[in-house]
Amino acid sequence: MTKFDIELLVLLPILLPLAFAIVMLFAWNNLQFQRVMNLVAGSVGFIVSIVLFSTIYVNGIQVVAIGGWKIPYGIVLVADNFSAIMVLMSGLMGFAVAFYSIVTVNKKNEQHFYYPLLQILLMGVNGAFLTGDMFNLYVWFEVMLISSFVLLALGGKQEQLEGAVKYVTLNLISSMIFLSAVGILYGLTGTLNMADLAVKVQLVENQGLVTVVAMMFLVSFGIKSAVFPLFSWLPASYHTPPVAVSALFAGLLTKVGVYTMYRVFTLIFDINNEFIGTVILIIAGFTMLTGVLGAAAQNDFRRILSFHIVSQVGYMVMALGLMTAFSFAAGIFYIVYHIITKTNLFFISGIVEKIKGTYNLDTLGGLFKKYPSVSLLFLISAFTLSGIPPFAGFWAKFTVALAGFCIEQYLIVGLSLFVGLLTLYSMTKIWNYAFWQDEKQESEMEREFYKIPIQRKYLLYSPSIFMTVVILLLSLFAGSAFDFAVLTGEQLANPQYYINAVLGGK
Amino acid sequence: MTLLLAIVTGILFTAGFYLVLRRSLVKVIFGLMFLGHAANLLIFNIGRLTKGAPAFILEGNQTAVEPYAEPIPQALILTAIVIGFGVQAFAIVLFKKAYQMIGSDDIHSLKSTDRIA
Amino acid sequence: MKSIILQTATRYLLPILLLFSFFLLFRGHNSPGGGFVGGLVAAAAYALYSIAFGVEEAKKLLRIEPVYLIATGLMFALISGMIAFFSFDTFMTGKWSDFNFPLFGKLGSPLLFDLGVYVVVIGITLKILFTISEEVKP
Repeated sequence: MTKFDIELLVLLPILLPLAFAIVMLFAWNNLQFQRVMNLVAGSVGFIVSIVLFSTIYVNGIQVVAIGGWKIPYGIVLVADNFSAIMVLMSGLMGFAVAFYSIVTVNKKNEQHFYYPLLQILLMGVNGAFLTGDMFNLYVWFEVMLISSFVLLALGGKQEQLEGAVKYVTLNLISSMIFLSAVGILYGLTGTLNMADLAVKVQLVENQGLVTVVAMMFLVSFGIKSAVFPLFSWLPASYHTPPVAVSALFAGLLTKVGVYTMYRVFTLIFDINNEFIGTVILIIAGFTMLTGVLGAAAQNDFRRILSFHIVSQVGYMVMALGLMTAFSFAAGIFYIVYHIITKTNLFFISGIVEKIKGTYNLDTLGGLFKKYPSVSLLFLISAFTLSGIPPFAGFWAKFTVALAGFCIEQYLIVGLSLFVGLLTLYSMTKIWNYAFWQDEKQESEMEREFYKIPIQRKYLLYSPSIFMTVVILLLSLFAGSAFDFAVLTGEQLANPQYYINAVLGGK
Repeated sequence: MTLLLAIVTGILFTAGFYLVLRRSLVKVIFGLMFLGHAANLLIFNIGRLTKGAPAFILEGNQTAVEPYAEPIPQALILTAIVIGFGVQAFAIVLFKKAYQMIGSDDIHSLKSTDRIA
Repeated sequence: MKSIILQTATRYLLPILLLFSFFLLFRGHNSPGGGFVGGLVAAAAYALYSIAFGVEEAKKLLRIEPVYLIATGLMFALISGMIAFFSFDTFMTGKWSDFNFPLFGKLGSPLLFDLGVYVVVIGITLKILFTISEEVKP
């Protein structure tokens, strides 16, 4: 591959969704065409992300200077191992959600630009993963947020609007803090390029102010990734939109916050800063605990899952707070497994809703007898989420805990193991109520479900089956996946790789 | 002038956060706008305030003549203003629809998402 | 609200504002102005029209759905970035024509990008305007 080809490949995850969104907007009143384009876009995006991933794996970190401006003055896109993994995940999600949307999103929402917005959301997410420029990151965040605002409010039911109000308010505050922090950082260093920042932040005389900026970033990304005590928008909003949107948000959006947290706190701010590490660990502990306790109190399929996202984000942040190469590797493996599993659980909740017409656990029941295959899909994901061996979730939790043991942070490790137990409890709750207990009465909705043609049913199940296969593959090949995570962790722990790739080895 | 703007920025941030914490939806919107303006003003102030001294490099020189106003923060603000325009417009539409749907301006009536079913 | 003074004034103001918006668009590369401001002025012209004559009239005057404007503008912006691919340069590298056109000066890909911004801004602003003025049924 020539340099031009590789540059194009790094750009494609951003350009393709935009191009598809434009085509869909031109055909805004032709839904059939949009559905087909959506499937094409999902598939092409997935293929591109795989190719990008393998290219980065073979050729190492790639840097693209947009507009041909000299680095570090222009905007750069940087694809290192971590970016490549995340883009791969977003490609996977785009692919699965594209198929899942066809059956689950109703016509009224489709007419309100559901498909173009989905593509623009993916563009924003990919942009945030690939950019190597602080201000550009802010722009991608906004691209992502605006489309997510609209997707969240799509349909305009009362609870959706209420959830959206909370989501919008908190996320806007987060953006403003982020913007201010970027401004102050520019004032301190005179650069926005992340690699250049990494070099120049060390040279700033007033290191106290640098820590202040670091905390501003922590607050801002903390809101976006829903850590304690700033998570309240997530359980208030994620259970309201169409389920395909829920699944996409649950899988990807909070992980963008976590990704940027990893990026900023490994690259720009001093990796061995005791203070930052301790703050992050404390936050992580509370996040895990509140999330899982919140979930235990809930009685709605999707709300339990939403609270679990909070608790799981705690693990990822904990892996960051431990600040060793091995813990980063564990954290990355955790992010990957969590994206896949959580999305699949939301897919299954959507299937259950399609059958029974409700998410409320009290009225659900009897699914195991009638739909053993759906139950099996749920069981695999639930086991994975609560960390039962031999599934991927076990390896993820095990490695995070191991990373904690290695540097003798017993308190947080003990907490994480306890939280794992509680996770199992609420998964059991869903299992008992929705699948295991006897059916109370056959709902109106279920008779409707019998009438759905068999092909459509398969289309409904297939994304979940696909994700389950991915989970099983990840569990089977956890070793090789973790090897790659270790490579990535090394890259994060030694920012010199990144800096040399962008600024040229000095 | 820099000091004055710094104070104004501080007031805007304070007012913004105060308004966001109010119970009325309209005040929350105003709070969000104030926060946006405060962030923009902060960045503007960082780019140094000089009158009639753009960062042009004169012929024969390697760098611009000090003191000059940095152009990059101003470009950043322009971008941020444009984005803020879009986001705030959306927020207004959303809040208006929420108000019409709920029939109340009071944030405490936005309870249905937090109720345990 | 129907006001004869506003309606009459708007009839004269609309073309002037649109012309002014073009002026802002084309001087934008080296002077204050540009696609965003130009687009806002043009959108303001339509907003004025919709205040004077009602939203339905403004929609009729525009003739096409704002969505098409958004799509067209985004397409311009995307193409302007991709022009650089033809000479194997990175995305968004500025490409300029070698000779001067009368009135416009040199044409280049940044102008196309600005034109895209101009169209998108008109489209989005009008879309927001039309959405706000629709009444929601509770």
